[in-house]
Amino acid sequence: MNNIPQLPLAHWIDGFVDWLVSFTGFFNGVTNFIGGINNAFQWVFDLIPIWLFIVLVLALTYYVNRDDQRWTLLGFELFGLLLIWNLDFWRDMTQTLTLVLTSSLIALVIGIPLGILMSKSRIAEIILKPILDFMQTMPAFVYLIPAVALFGIGMVPGIVASVIFAMPPTVRMTNMGIREVPSELIEAADSFGSTEWQKLFKVELPLAKTSLMAGVNQSMMLSLSMVVTASMIGAMGLGTKVYFAVGRNDAGGGFAAGLAVVILAIILDRLTQSLTRDHKRG
Amino acid sequence: MTVKVEVKNLTKIFGKHVNRAKDLIKQGKTKPEILKETGATVGVDQASFEINDGEIFVIMGLSGSGKSTMVRMINRLIEPTDGSVLIDGENLMKMDKKSLREVRRKKMSMVFQNFGLLPNRTVLENAEYGLEIQGVDKDTREKKANIALEQVGITGYNDEYPDQLSGGMQQRVGLARALANDPEILLMDEAFSALDPLNRTDMQDQLLDIQERLHKTIIFISHDLNEALKLGDHIMIMRDGEVVQTGTPEDILTHPANEYVEEFIENVDRSKVLTAGNVMIRPVTINVDKAGPRLTLKRMKNNEVSTAYVVDNKRTLVGIVDANDVIGLVRKDSSDLRSIVKTDVPTTHVDAPINDLMDDISQTGIPFAVVNDDNQLKGIIVRGAVLGALAGNEVSHFE
Repeated sequence: MNNIPQLPLAHWIDGFVDWLVSFTGFFNGVTNFIGGINNAFQWVFDLIPIWLFIVLVLALTYYVNRDDQRWTLLGFELFGLLLIWNLDFWRDMTQTLTLVLTSSLIALVIGIPLGILMSKSRIAEIILKPILDFMQTMPAFVYLIPAVALFGIGMVPGIVASVIFAMPPTVRMTNMGIREVPSELIEAADSFGSTEWQKLFKVELPLAKTSLMAGVNQSMMLSLSMVVTASMIGAMGLGTKVYFAVGRNDAGGGFAAGLAVVILAIILDRLTQSLTRDHKRG
Repeated sequence: MTVKVEVKNLTKIFGKHVNRAKDLIKQGKTKPEILKETGATVGVDQASFEINDGEIFVIMGLSGSGKSTMVRMINRLIEPTDGSVLIDGENLMKMDKKSLREVRRKKMSMVFQNFGLLPNRTVLENAEYGLEIQGVDKDTREKKANIALEQVGITGYNDEYPDQLSGGMQQRVGLARALANDPEILLMDEAFSALDPLNRTDMQDQLLDIQERLHKTIIFISHDLNEALKLGDHIMIMRDGEVVQTGTPEDILTHPANEYVEEFIENVDRSKVLTAGNVMIRPVTINVDKAGPRLTLKRMKNNEVSTAYVVDNKRTLVGIVDANDVIGLVRKDSSDLRSIVKTDVPTTHVDAPINDLMDDISQTGIPFAVVNDDNQLKGIIVRGAVLGALAGNEVSHFE
């Protein structure tokens, strides 16, 4: 290998990142935009008293499961949230929730249209597939480096890294859901003279809903798994507690904060899963 | 009768090298030859036919015969490789997307083999679909959808979801959805094939019922010849993408174009298709206005029969005479043949399906007299001839 000079791959990527950094105005805009969404969530969560928040979560759970009530879930939620309050992790939990909701929302807004595009165009599918693989398998830590360069430190680079890591399932599942709509239904929609948009909104998306929501659920779980990583660049929340516990070799504190993440994860997972089910039938 | 749909040289080639395959087809090469030479599959090979306004036109063939491709080319769900489809003289192939969409919305609706109902919509919402995408307001489309649902005999299920209904019910909804647009043409792709036999018969009857009231032009795809014979005013038989024969059910049964069609019709339940006219034989007739008892007796002896059918100068059926009565008449030296004619002869119409006659034929000893609209004697039906016809032997009309 001595005769072949080493490829300056790292150098090139540095050059690319430096080039990106020169668009300061654009990235400042994005930072403010994402920061704005994040702050809005956080503002609402800070405004609601803790007891009311718990009641609201329970009420929401009750509502989305109104046909098939699951009392153990309600009991678990009540117990879990009280535990988080008791452990004094409440504000950290809402910060983490904010990060997860913001990044999931962005992943959804970008991911669903991409998924639709992918299902409609073979070329888009060929181009997007490897990019999605890249996004999902590149170690998430790596995203932090350019994220800091472009978005500074704090919540926003954490959210950006989470979006990149968490978006692929939404795109993939939207694509899959639409492609799996039975061809006879597509033919039926066409044979009655539907436009492409009518077909999309009246046939394809409603039928892809289950698959699409499964993707959203996965994206949310993945962005939750990013909270500890994101805390390394200053995204506040439960992740910070875990990160600090690692630094101080504090097993108890680490597990306590970790447990809070688990509780949050289970609540978010069950809620999004319930949304997937069809409530129209009695 | 006006032509509603005219199909000319309609061709579909699947796969690569379509243009080369197209040239080969025009040179008259067969499907396997083209597949071998180019790798392209011929779906439909230069089909041409005409469909009259208000008729049920059945395209029939086994799977792989190209019939489903054919029906999908008529509304361009599948883009034809070559040829043209003219609807009311307008070439569908030359239309842009927008005009094509208008035709699909207003002129043609399709009914699918597996119903094609949207599972997330109620029965009413499914029936409304075609109107909804045309932008018809809620009240009007609900009213029209309800009328269509009534026409197919499904009321009181408006708020159910398709998977809560039986197959037959679901297909009624599919048919209602197609009728709600009030299209001129209905495309039915194996619409009843997924139903169990009883339901299928029901739906066939219902379709004929609806057709009697609405007079749509119906293009019906089927792989079941009995169904085709029951529904079709004309039947087109396809094989390997080629049109083998087009004709009325009777044409197909009585003059199969080739061995393939012959094999096909071998398994038909003929009792549903054959009419009295198809199975009648030529009787021994006596013209009461011309013949006297002696001549009558002579003719009966020559033909070795003990009864003869009596007609007048216009061949109108008068009745039958028995040989013994004729002998009596001769002995009395009377010439009044009319006095011994028995008039209570069982009769039937030429166009009556023999399915309806089966019971009577097997119970009555006397053959049926077959008459036309003017009560002229056309022939008689004897038990043996019916059985022979059901077994697939043509009845000779001139014995």
